[in-house]
This record gives sequence, structure tokens and C-alpha cells, in this order.
Amino acid sequence: MKKSFKPALAAVAVSLALISQSAVSAEEQFFPLVSYRVGPYGANGQAFYGGFVDYLNYVNMKEGGVNGVKMAWEECETEYNNAKGVECYERLKSKAKASAGPIHTMSTGISYALVDKAAADKLPLAMMGYGRTDAVDGSVFPYAFPLVTTYQMQASAIVRFIKDKEKGSLAGKKIVYLYHDSAYGKEAIVALQAEASLNKFELTLIPVAHPGNEQGAQWLKIRQEKPDYVIFYGWGVMNQTGLKSAQKVGFPRDRIIGSWWAGSEEDTVPAGDAAKGYMAATWNLAGKSLPLIADIEKTVYGGGKGNLQDTSKLGTVLYNRGVSAAVLSVEAVRRAQEKFGKGKAMNGEQMRWALENLNIADARLKQIGAADLLPEIKTSCANHEGSGKVKIQQWDGAKWVPVSGWIEGNKALIHPLFEASAKQYAKEKGITPRDCSKEKI
Amino acid sequence: MLYREAGQFKTSYAADQQLFPIRQDRIGVLLLLAAAFLAVPGMASEYWFSAILIPFLIFALAALGLNILTGYAGQLSLGSAAFMAVGAYAAYNFQLRVEGIPILVSFALAGLTAAGVGVLFGLPSLRIKGFYLAVATLAAQFFIVWCLTKFPWLSNNSSSGVISAQKVEILGHIFESPREKYLLVLTVVVLMALAARNLVRTSTGRAWMAVRDMDVAASVIGIRLMPTKLLAFAVSSFYCGVAGALYAFCYLGSVEPDGFSLEMSFKILFMIIIGGVGSILGSFLGAAFILLLPIFLDVGLPWLAELFHLPFSTATVSHIQTLVFGALIMFFLIVEPHGLARLWQIAKEKLRLWPFPH
Repeated sequence: MKKSFKPALAAVAVSLALISQSAVSAEEQFFPLVSYRVGPYGANGQAFYGGFVDYLNYVNMKEGGVNGVKMAWEECETEYNNAKGVECYERLKSKAKASAGPIHTMSTGISYALVDKAAADKLPLAMMGYGRTDAVDGSVFPYAFPLVTTYQMQASAIVRFIKDKEKGSLAGKKIVYLYHDSAYGKEAIVALQAEASLNKFELTLIPVAHPGNEQGAQWLKIRQEKPDYVIFYGWGVMNQTGLKSAQKVGFPRDRIIGSWWAGSEEDTVPAGDAAKGYMAATWNLAGKSLPLIADIEKTVYGGGKGNLQDTSKLGTVLYNRGVSAAVLSVEAVRRAQEKFGKGKAMNGEQMRWALENLNIADARLKQIGAADLLPEIKTSCANHEGSGKVKIQQWDGAKWVPVSGWIEGNKALIHPLFEASAKQYAKEKGITPRDCSKEKI
Repeated sequence: MLYREAGQFKTSYAADQQLFPIRQDRIGVLLLLAAAFLAVPGMASEYWFSAILIPFLIFALAALGLNILTGYAGQLSLGSAAFMAVGAYAAYNFQLRVEGIPILVSFALAGLTAAGVGVLFGLPSLRIKGFYLAVATLAAQFFIVWCLTKFPWLSNNSSSGVISAQKVEILGHIFESPREKYLLVLTVVVLMALAARNLVRTSTGRAWMAVRDMDVAASVIGIRLMPTKLLAFAVSSFYCGVAGALYAFCYLGSVEPDGFSLEMSFKILFMIIIGGVGSILGSFLGAAFILLLPIFLDVGLPWLAELFHLPFSTATVSHIQTLVFGALIMFFLIVEPHGLARLWQIAKEKLRLWPFPH
């Protein structure tokens, strides 16, 4: 009996020792990576976090960190599972006391679970293109940042793109909203309804149950409705199935406009011929030819420090998105150092200030070679989104080609929706919102 | 020697019928409770509370609920996660819509709501048995999750269907820190576990076991099948419902219907299979095994890899973890098909004779 207990005790002791390990040294900027590379969405995570880590490495190799502060990180695997995400967050939290980059979970469920915890622990939570969208209102959500753009603003931008295509009027047109029946798909409904009453088009909502590998009934309904456009918020296997079903019922693919989670190579390549002409929104372009991506390939992969095992993912939409997330995070570190001291590691509170006062102009993006990876961004206490712009890209059968410039959603229409929702949240939770006019820059 | 019962004479009915008839058990349980209530809150770190202890207790409660239904009453169910969802959403709605309702009352009402839904889905058990019943309860799993997604009223018209649990306030005190939440969860779980231990040795509990062992014989000796089976569903769902409410309010803080997936129901089922079907202790051991082992592997493997200079990425660790975990489940099922609780029983019998086995 005694003998068999020993290894077990040793294991417990080991894990205790690991958990209580001290924080990283002060000269490093620590990034807690609550990531996923296995599980149902593992392929997406590999590309995104591959890009993220590659850029951090790139900053270290190219310029020796930010003002001499090296980027450091530790990953914890969540498998896109909420409970595991919380466990990972709690584990990495203790190491993120001295310095903490924004946490990117790439999962709406996990970020929902972390919104309150991160605020209590004073750690900034970034949700680029997912997560709690009403966190745009920073007066209620000081530590949550739905950076770049949100589902609602994206929907509004897509409507604007269609409107431009239809020569400025959508009156009497029919638009079907085909969506993944989950938090992600449902968020955009209010925005589309507001757009519908403003632009006087007819909106039909058609949900697809998870995982969406059977959409015969939905597309039959679309054929009966004969809409002018379909706005398509799909995810995972639902995307290729949707495109194939559209081909089957003969709906023109160039009248389907997808969201940014329905616009990667993983969605179009398996659909084959059916994807040709299909359009999708994005805030970052794909391709290895972008100057920053090309330089990462040369510097990081040339130096043998690349994070991707499957280098064919280099330059895909999701890889570039990971790079864009890292660019924003590192720029925030830079911004924080400008205020709180160059050459020092920044803690969660300082990073929060930086994320709220980001101002990345086109000139700066060009300088780092990320011009088409991100739109210009300027955040504030009242606007944690900072941009709200997307580009529309089209699949030509082999690659994504941009077909529009940066399109901004209708901020005057959409942002009040966020404020109302944030106010309701504050009331439910008993939070007193900050007064944004009193925030110091 | 440690466990010798010799000399422990029962001189009254009360002594004979107490919850833990053996003195060593009584002392052991008291020590354990003292440790859990007094020592742990002082020693454990925040990580331990919010990532290990609280989920362990909550899942142990859910497993206990399923164990009452499956282990004691013999009705296989695959809908435990759905009943947890009912509990979580019910507690949220009671808090939201009834002005000034105490949180513990809404937890209890959440349990009762889940019990009601459980009875509804327990009705097929009167006609069908075994694997067929499991398939019928599968309907509960899908229907409830669909229902919570379909009707926005249930999530207070949240555009995403995600609910965010309100503050936990009891008698003016707000339970905010992980330590306070742990103590709250612990109190609820201990009380409900003691209630369950009591329940299974009453006439109701014995009727359940009679139905489990052979329902025809049970009905011949005068046990009415319908109320007995439905009561088992009700009590089981009550436990799952309370566990779900705790899951939302004390663990994650915000939940979505899709989070209560079939996978979670399976996890709870595996807990009782590994821990021991028809055993209160088994529910706790099973929850500990299923929940904690992956975490220990996750933390321990990279350390081992570093020790032997192996190039492990987090993805590899995750794969190895699944591998080891699966292998251990098979190992335990082969070596001890009656679960970890049975191992403890064997150990206890050995300890009775130790150090002079004959």
C-alpha cells in the first residue's frame, strides 16, 4: 500500500510546486495565452495562436523586444471548453501579476466566463471579433476590449456594402440572415433589425442548429423566398456545407456575404467549386505577400523559431488574424511604456490604460508593414472597439481577393444598442458605470 | 486493527441507526469535514478554490444526483447536464423576476423546477427500461438545450442567449471571493450529501433498490412502481438542478445553453461509473478522478517532459493527457469494475484484519 502511494504523492507535490511558481522576471512582458490547438476547432486555433506567437518572437528577434523588454508567454490548452478555459486562466493568473499582456481566448464562451473575473483581477481581456460585444461601452466594462470591430458593426458594414452595390437604396429588397444558432449568430440580429427598419429592406431570419452539417431545409426556404442577398454568419463545418447547399439550390454565390468567421481558407477550399464568387467580411487580408507576413517568414522561420508545425497555414486569414492580434497587443505595450516608463514591464492596470488610449494611425501600420492587417484604431473610454471597419473580400477559386476599401458600420445606429445592453448588464450586476468624461489621458 | 469494531456495542436503537455506525467512520468524517471547513480555507490558493475545489464539489453534487437515479433506482439517464441547465436558468430567472428573493430560496426553487422537468422526462421510464430509457432521456438533453436557445424570455432577451449570474448575497453579506464561494458550495454539498445518505436508507431508498434489482418482484411485494420511479427522477433532478445553479452562480458566473452539452452528461455518467454506482462516496471519488486527474496530468506532464528534455508542446501534452486518461479508465474498469468506492471498501476490510491477516 505504502509503495503505491509514493508516486501519487510525488505528483501532487510536483503540481503544488508548479502552481506556486513565482511570477516571471520584471524585464519580460508576460502574455498569458489561454489558447487551443486541439479539439473541434483546433485547426483554427493552430493558425491563430501560431500567428500570435510568431509575431511575439518576431518582435524579440527583430528589435530585441519593446524598448529592451522581451516578450514572454506561456500557453495553456483550453480545447475551446469553457470550464478548461477558466482553469487555464486561474493557472496563468498568478504569473501575470507583475506584467500581463491582454488575454486573447478566441472563444466567445470563455471570454464571457472571464469578463467578471478579469475585471476583478485587473487583467485586460481582449476579444477581437468575438465575445461580449456590449463591452464596447468601456464605462461599464473597464477591462474588456472587443477591439477592432464587433458582430453588430460588421453586420452594419455588410449592409452598407450591399447598399453601395445596389446604387444607394435597399428599399423593397429582401435579405436573408442565415446564422449559426448560438451566441455568435444571434448577436447581430438586433443590428440587422435596426438596419432593416432604417433602410426599409425586408429581413428574414433563418437559424441553423450547431454544427450545421445539414442545411437542406434552410436553403429550400431561401429558394422559396428568393432573397436579393444572404448574409451568412457561419462557423466551422457549417460554412462549407452552406456553400455547397447554395450551389445545389442554384443560389448565386456572389450574393452571399459571410462574416469573418466564415471567410477563411478552411471554409472555401473544402467547398471546392461551390465557393467561387463567395464574399466575406474581414479586418485582415490573407496572403504571404503582405510585408509584415513576408518578413516574419524570413526572420522567424528563417531563424528556425517558427511556431507553426504545418507551415502551409502561413499567410492564411486566421494566421494573419493572429498576427494582427499580436500587433495590437504589442503596440499597446509600447503605448503603456510611453506613459509609465520605457524599458519596464507593464502590469494589467497599465496595459488596460494603454488599450483604452490606443491610437494607431495608418502611417504607423505602414511602418511595421501591417497596413492591410488592421484598420486604423483609436480607442477611448466610451469606445473600446476603436474602429468598426471591415473589408469585403471575394474568393476567386484559389485565393481571397479584396473587393472593397475599409467600410465602417453605422456607428450612430449601432453604438446606442451597445450602451443600452451595457446599461442593463450594469443594472443586473449592480455596477456603477465610470464617468468617461473624467478619464485622464 | 485500525478499523476494529470489536467493543463497539450498540445499546439503543438510536445508536444502531445512526448515519455512520462505526466509530472510526464517524471520527474520519468529522475530521474530513473539519479539514474542509477550517483547514482548507486557510491554506488553499485562489487557483485551488476556483479551478479545482469548487468545480469538484459541484460536479460531485451532480454525480450524486445521477447516482440516486442510476445507482439506487436503476434508471439510466443521459440528461443530467440538461437538468443542470434547468437549474441554472431557473435560479437566474427567479433572481431576476422576483423582487428581493433570497438566493438560497431561488437555489431551492431552481432544484424544484428541475425536479418538475425531471418527472416529465421520467414518464417514459414507466414503459421502457435500460438502454431504451437512456435514449428517451437523451431527448431531455436535446429538448431542454433547444428550448433555452429558442425562447429568449428564458435568458431575459439577451441577444446572445448567455446569462450572467447575479450577485450571491445572503443576509446582507456578498459572497464574492473564491474562498467565500467555496464555503457556500461546501455547505450546500455537505448538507445535501448527508440528506442523500439518509434518504437511501429510508423506505423510499429501499423501494428504489428493490425496483433496481428487479421491478417485477418489487411490484409483487407491494411497491408501486410509478410513484417510486418518478420520485427517483424528481430527487435526482433536484440535485442536478441545485448543482446547475451553483455551477452558474459560484463557478463560471455566466453560462450559455450550449455549455450544458451531451458531453457534460457523459462526463457525469462516467463519474459515477468510475466512482461506484450506488454509492454516495463513489460520487465524490468519481468526480475527483474525472475532474482532477486531467489537471494534474496537464500540470505534471510538461514538468516531466522538461526533466527528460522532451520537446512537448501544449498540444502534445493535451493528446498525451487524453491517452493516459483513457488508459486509466480502462485499467480501473478492468481491475475494479465496481468503482473506486469498492476499492475503499476492500481497503477497509483489509484494515480490519491488519496487521494479522489470516
